[in-house]
Amino acid sequence: MTAVEHASAIELRNITKRFGKVVANDSISLSLDKGEILSLLGENGSGKTTLMNMLAGIYFPDEGEILVGGKSVAIRSPKDAFDNGIGMIHQHFKLIDVFTAAENIVLGLHDGRKLDRKEIAAKVRAISDRYGFGIDPEKKVYEMSVSEKQTVEIVKVLYRGADILILDEPTAVLTPQETERLFTILRAMRDDGKAIVIITHKLHEVMALSDKVAVLRKGKYVGTVLTKETNPQALTDMMVGHAVTLNIDRPDPVNPTPRLTVQGLTCLDAEGVKKLDNVTFTAMGGEILGVAGIAGSGQKELLESIAGLYPIKEGTIVYSPEGKEPCDLVGKRPMEIKKAGVAMAFVPEDRLGMGLVGGMGMTGNMMLRSWKVGKGAFVNRKDPGKLAKEVMESLEVVTPNVEFPVRRLSGGNVQKVLVGREIASAPSVLMSAYAVRGLDINTSYTIYNLMTEQKKKGVAVIFVGEDLDVLLELCDRILVLCGGQVSGIVDGRTATKEEVGLLMTRVGGGKEEG
Amino acid sequence: MHEQKTPLIRLAKRDAMPSWQVWCIRGGSFVAAILLGALIFGLMGHSPMEAYGTILSGSLGKKTAIRQTVKIAVPLLGTALAIAPCFKMRFWNIGAEGQITAGAVAASYFALFWVDQLPGWALIPVMGLAGAVAGGLWALIPAFFKAKWGTNETLFTLMMNYIIIGVVKWLQGGPWEGRPGSQIIPMFDSKAVLPKVFGVHCGWIIVLVLTVVMYIYMKYTKQGYEIAVVGESENTARYAGMNVGKIIMRTMFLSGAISGLVGFILASGANTTLNDGVAAGVGFTAITVAWLAQLNPFAMIGISGLLAVLEKGAATLQTRMAVPASISDIITGIFLFCMLGCEFFINYELIFRGKHKEVAKQ
Amino acid sequence: MNRLLLLISAAVLQGTPLLYGTVGEILSEKSGNLNLGVEGMMYMGGAFGLGAAFYYEQMAGSNASGIVAVLLALLCSFLAGAFGALLFSFLTITLRANQNVTGLALAIFGTGVGQFVGEYMREQQGTYVAISNGLKGVFQNSPFPAALQELPVVGPLVFGYNIFVYLGILIAVVMALFLNRSRSGLHLRAVGESPATADAAGINVIRYKYLATIIGGGISAIGGMVYIMTIAGSVWNHEGLAGEGWLAVALVIFCLWRPMNAVWGSVLFGALMILYVRLQVPFIPDQLYKILPYVVTVIVLIFTSLRNSKNKQPPASLGEPYFREER
Repeated sequence: MTAVEHASAIELRNITKRFGKVVANDSISLSLDKGEILSLLGENGSGKTTLMNMLAGIYFPDEGEILVGGKSVAIRSPKDAFDNGIGMIHQHFKLIDVFTAAENIVLGLHDGRKLDRKEIAAKVRAISDRYGFGIDPEKKVYEMSVSEKQTVEIVKVLYRGADILILDEPTAVLTPQETERLFTILRAMRDDGKAIVIITHKLHEVMALSDKVAVLRKGKYVGTVLTKETNPQALTDMMVGHAVTLNIDRPDPVNPTPRLTVQGLTCLDAEGVKKLDNVTFTAMGGEILGVAGIAGSGQKELLESIAGLYPIKEGTIVYSPEGKEPCDLVGKRPMEIKKAGVAMAFVPEDRLGMGLVGGMGMTGNMMLRSWKVGKGAFVNRKDPGKLAKEVMESLEVVTPNVEFPVRRLSGGNVQKVLVGREIASAPSVLMSAYAVRGLDINTSYTIYNLMTEQKKKGVAVIFVGEDLDVLLELCDRILVLCGGQVSGIVDGRTATKEEVGLLMTRVGGGKEEG
Repeated sequence: MHEQKTPLIRLAKRDAMPSWQVWCIRGGSFVAAILLGALIFGLMGHSPMEAYGTILSGSLGKKTAIRQTVKIAVPLLGTALAIAPCFKMRFWNIGAEGQITAGAVAASYFALFWVDQLPGWALIPVMGLAGAVAGGLWALIPAFFKAKWGTNETLFTLMMNYIIIGVVKWLQGGPWEGRPGSQIIPMFDSKAVLPKVFGVHCGWIIVLVLTVVMYIYMKYTKQGYEIAVVGESENTARYAGMNVGKIIMRTMFLSGAISGLVGFILASGANTTLNDGVAAGVGFTAITVAWLAQLNPFAMIGISGLLAVLEKGAATLQTRMAVPASISDIITGIFLFCMLGCEFFINYELIFRGKHKEVAKQ
Repeated sequence: MNRLLLLISAAVLQGTPLLYGTVGEILSEKSGNLNLGVEGMMYMGGAFGLGAAFYYEQMAGSNASGIVAVLLALLCSFLAGAFGALLFSFLTITLRANQNVTGLALAIFGTGVGQFVGEYMREQQGTYVAISNGLKGVFQNSPFPAALQELPVVGPLVFGYNIFVYLGILIAVVMALFLNRSRSGLHLRAVGESPATADAAGINVIRYKYLATIIGGGISAIGGMVYIMTIAGSVWNHEGLAGEGWLAVALVIFCLWRPMNAVWGSVLFGALMILYVRLQVPFIPDQLYKILPYVVTVIVLIFTSLRNSKNKQPPASLGEPYFREER
């Protein structure tokens, strides 16, 4: 490390933040010196972003103290954060497409009335040269690559004079080469005396970049270690912790038969980036196949390509329904696939994004699967209405009536409507993603039981989950995705949490990159 | 988010409000509009009571007056019905004015040039059909570009209005001109005029039937369901296997067709001729009718009736009290403003500082 | 050559009210507010502008100063339009009403107010409301000395117009500078493109929307006054504004939301409006000339969406409401 004085940049003392009953951060303490890079490591939902949002002025802590440069401060708004020299680069860029880099950088600043493009460009170039960004101030954002946009966000923060930079999963959207360039820049900034926090769950990046690592697990602070004194195995143990017993009912599969055979599935996104890479597996009827992986490892694309909603580059998906001829699902339209008995319940982050119509009641949403049924030009509202009542009663959906707009229901109830509808279609393959996202414990168990019941009926259940403890107790087998590839398929009854955790980050599993 | 201190007034989305409260708020806005109107009459030195009395008696006091009022309400209601499915789909069709005109042109073509060729009983149905098809096609143009390339439909449909109105101006001064130099298209032959029922052209029966049909269409048919889903989320619609582009074009054709039918009713029933002012702002006013009725066809009957009473009453006001008839536009505007504004108080609640408990933000 | 000169200067005069209407609406739309009430605001501006000049002359009699009359007309028309835009802003920004519907309601209300005031003045006076010829001259004649106006070519082309032409161009230039060269202009454009981003950057979205819409409405309304005082002969007649406001909405699209394009765009539209008087082309009937502005606007609209060139699009949030808590 270069000779920078070890002055404290930032210190958190016993920070606690609750959202309703959920404790997102439970009495967390951290410290970071100038000229240091800290990795904030943890699984999804471990509270990393929430914690950092309190430094950025998005949230205000319920308890605890924040010290900047040794002085206690109150950060109540993004502006307060800037005034204290803190800048955060969020995962979703806040840039205006039709503006130039320079225009975006000065947006919201009030130094002078005039928009002096020359002066701004000069200042931007100065920052750019100092750390080696290579940014064109006059380039429009819509002409930029993701990496360039990220650079603009970083310069925006530096332009405002930030000494403390927080980057929320900065490499999630970058190629390996771009990641390497970013790291070079971050190291240059560290050597310049900046304090940097990067939020991540990629172990090799932690090892390559940071000076020390702080680990969070389920909202709790696990500990801080110096990078040179640790290794990926030890970090994984800290991150996933010891297995917790949940007592989810898991009957042994009865007579499992191959239902869905996926062979060499490869998908590209609109930019041509591989989202799924040669994925091969078999889902059995009468069994729950768990899918584990870091967020964005290809889970969404996997389910959507099976459902016919995502373009497939290569591969076959052979579907063998009971008592019928097997057929390839590739190239079939979503409606045909659905009719054939493949159901999908995907709970996106905003819960209503896909598969539900917020302004309609439960009946209207049940109809989304059956609207084509019905005499002549008319829809059949009766059966969906009955179905809605059944789902409402069996899943204990809390709603005034089945016509009440689902947008106004609480998150858990919305999920029950979605999952309930898919199950009600009596599928022979049931895919669900993040079915318990944001749900309380009791509701989660209701959903687990639903999945198990389907399995008992001989349905092939594919369960994409976030919580390893749940996957390990619910699923018969677990498929682990990493960067769009299958890094392993393990037995849910014998695998350990550490084993799956390593496969998720590829340490010890598949091939290690970088 | 910038929570330096709790602001004086905060907004929160309301959960469902009991319907009696909703109607109280709407009633309140109605009263507010009447009071504001009264203020204007007062400022002009007229007694508000007398003025409102004149509006009521002038529009509903006599049989002939009622007929006149109904005649004003018919196209408003018909066009509001046409607009409803588009708005349900969040397709901002503000081209009803042009679609009415296009329908009127096509209907007039048959009225003017086919009157002798067609058997008497067929003329009116052919005119109606031609009006509907022409209105539908005129609406299909912007819908096509919206479906294919996402062309902004608000601005496109608006422009289409003035193009077709310009065409009518050309027709009435050119190819279809009656007496040379008159700039007027001749009156239709009596065979091409809508028959009267209870003293008003039978357009009122057509739009009342349409009201019921539209209610059923939006609520109970597959197409109505598709429209509702597309309006909520195009992604969800695709997920459910719907062809969004096709639905947009089909719905716009339907909407334009109904507007075109209204154009036929106006040309054949109300004016018995074609002129460039055949729509006379009905296309625009009907948008406010449809919106204020929350796209409910039956509520549109009431609102178009209210606006018709104001317009007819204001005409009486002009003759009896020498108040310019444009007062009706002002009062209509005030009613629209008040009713547009009141929905806010139904959907949101104001929370005053100190009167709330701390709610967790997420 | 001479005919072309005449055509250009006539087109400029015809296009000037449009220029105001358009530049005002550009300001409003740049903030994301699609105010379809331009026609209404211009009506109000026309009636109140005429009223201001007329009643001022009534009071001042033969001492009436032309400059004062012009200033009063400008002020009153601006205030009338700003009031209409304030109603629109309050309903759409604060009370979150639908912009399309509110704009149409304002169009109805504004034309009503304009017609009403115009007719009411006439009824009060018992005759046409018209200002004296002397005063008319101040509104309609060039402010430059005769020597300049009589220069060949340059005279009529540069110095031959009434003051509103020069003022309109000045407003367009100032608007362009404001939007592209000032911090506030940058912030305003940000609000129109992405209010959530602007809000996150600490820009007061509501204030910008209100100010842009109200000032824009005022500028549009001046166009109504200019139409009545110059083109319609300083008299209120039943024709009113004959759709100038809607044409202005079209011109905003045609000039791709850029004030400087509005300068030549308004001349072009002005030319199309009067072309039939000056230029007879066989096969194209007079009346069809008048729909040309709308036809070319539709074509521009289609082309911008077809080519999908990012910097020729409407402000991204145009017509969309913005509520912070629904972010």
